[in-house]
Amino acid sequence: MANIKTNENKTKAQSMGLHSEVLTGKTQQKFFNPDEAENFYYWGTYDVDFNKRIDLDVNDLDCKEANKKIDELMSQGYGTIVIKNPQGKHSLGVGVLNKLNLIFEGSLGYFGVGSIDGPTVRINGRVGWSCAENMMAGKVVIEKNAGSCFGAAVRGGDLICKGSVGARTGIDQKGGTIIIGGDAGAFTGFMMQRGRIIILGDVGINLGDSMYDGIIYVGGKIGSFGSDAVESPMTKSDVDWIKRKLKVAEIGENFDISKMTKVVSGKKLWNYDALEPTEKKGAI
Amino acid sequence: MPKKKTKTKKSSNKTVKGQLGKKKETAREKMIGQTIGYRYDVNLLPDYSKITPFLKKYIEAMGWDDLNWLEDVHMGYEDDRPAVFDRNANGWVTIPKKIKLPNNQQDRDMIARELLVKFQMSPNHPLVDLKKAYRKF
Repeated sequence: MANIKTNENKTKAQSMGLHSEVLTGKTQQKFFNPDEAENFYYWGTYDVDFNKRIDLDVNDLDCKEANKKIDELMSQGYGTIVIKNPQGKHSLGVGVLNKLNLIFEGSLGYFGVGSIDGPTVRINGRVGWSCAENMMAGKVVIEKNAGSCFGAAVRGGDLICKGSVGARTGIDQKGGTIIIGGDAGAFTGFMMQRGRIIILGDVGINLGDSMYDGIIYVGGKIGSFGSDAVESPMTKSDVDWIKRKLKVAEIGENFDISKMTKVVSGKKLWNYDALEPTEKKGAI
Repeated sequence: MPKKKTKTKKSSNKTVKGQLGKKKETAREKMIGQTIGYRYDVNLLPDYSKITPFLKKYIEAMGWDDLNWLEDVHMGYEDDRPAVFDRNANGWVTIPKKIKLPNNQQDRDMIARELLVKFQMSPNHPLVDLKKAYRKF
């Protein structure tokens, strides 16, 4: 647990009451048990079979009812669920923490497939704002275009849009990979902290504005760089990795990766060196 | 007044090739032209030639084509011990001393990924108790 200690050498800011305490102590510490059994699924998740398929018409269901029905079908062992008539409803397919093949035959509204951890989702239409927000793991493929804040705060997994996306794609991104087959709007990668964004088309103004870390690869023209976003040379590992990712995303087969621009943080605005005591760095 | 002499302690830690923070500039830092201030290089892309059989099985079981979310998992350290950060428990999982770690960061990262999957999927994971207490449906 963190302790609180008083700081005797007060700075001007501290003496004005802005910082009167300093937090010290350890983060919680767990030890890995090497004798853990081989298991690939979270405790309490459903054992589903990808070959067991069912259609679910959500025409007369609201989003809460539809999401509950998806959970119910997973509990019955269905591993492939096809959603018919989503009709642009908001918040469909959220909170799925299971392995699953989820197919939407149509378009989704706002906040579709948010906070998911594991499923492979295919959307044969368009998506509204904040698709796959807070996604933890899995793969989401959108066949057409996406709205603003695409992949906001994504923490892991692959998020693919074969068309173009709106503004602030990957805002506050904390991990994972966002791949865009078309163009992206302004403020792409705004305040991103880690993770990767690949854009095969053009991108709008203020690319990577105030980014803390992470990488953005752009295939087309860049409107302008945002504050603290800088160009970096492409390496062989970048090229190999992008090739692999585009194959996974089923787009850009003949795309010339060597001509892409790599954008990273200049680390002038944000620098965490002071938070990592030097003596702690030499552990391994 | 005469100046006091301060003793500097020598670190007993072994130097590992490519280790962060040991020298002012590691090979990786020289290559990317930036200082790495974290416990690991968050931008290090995985080398798929180093993938372990366990991870291959995990990817297959989940129906994915690559490491997916595990691409962001790396071997770091906590309390001067190698450790991997578990985002679900919001803490560092320390690697036991009896597990020998290779010198290469890519190999270490693959081991970290394997151990983290085993830990997260274990019935002993702290999230299990939370799920039992708060799960709604």
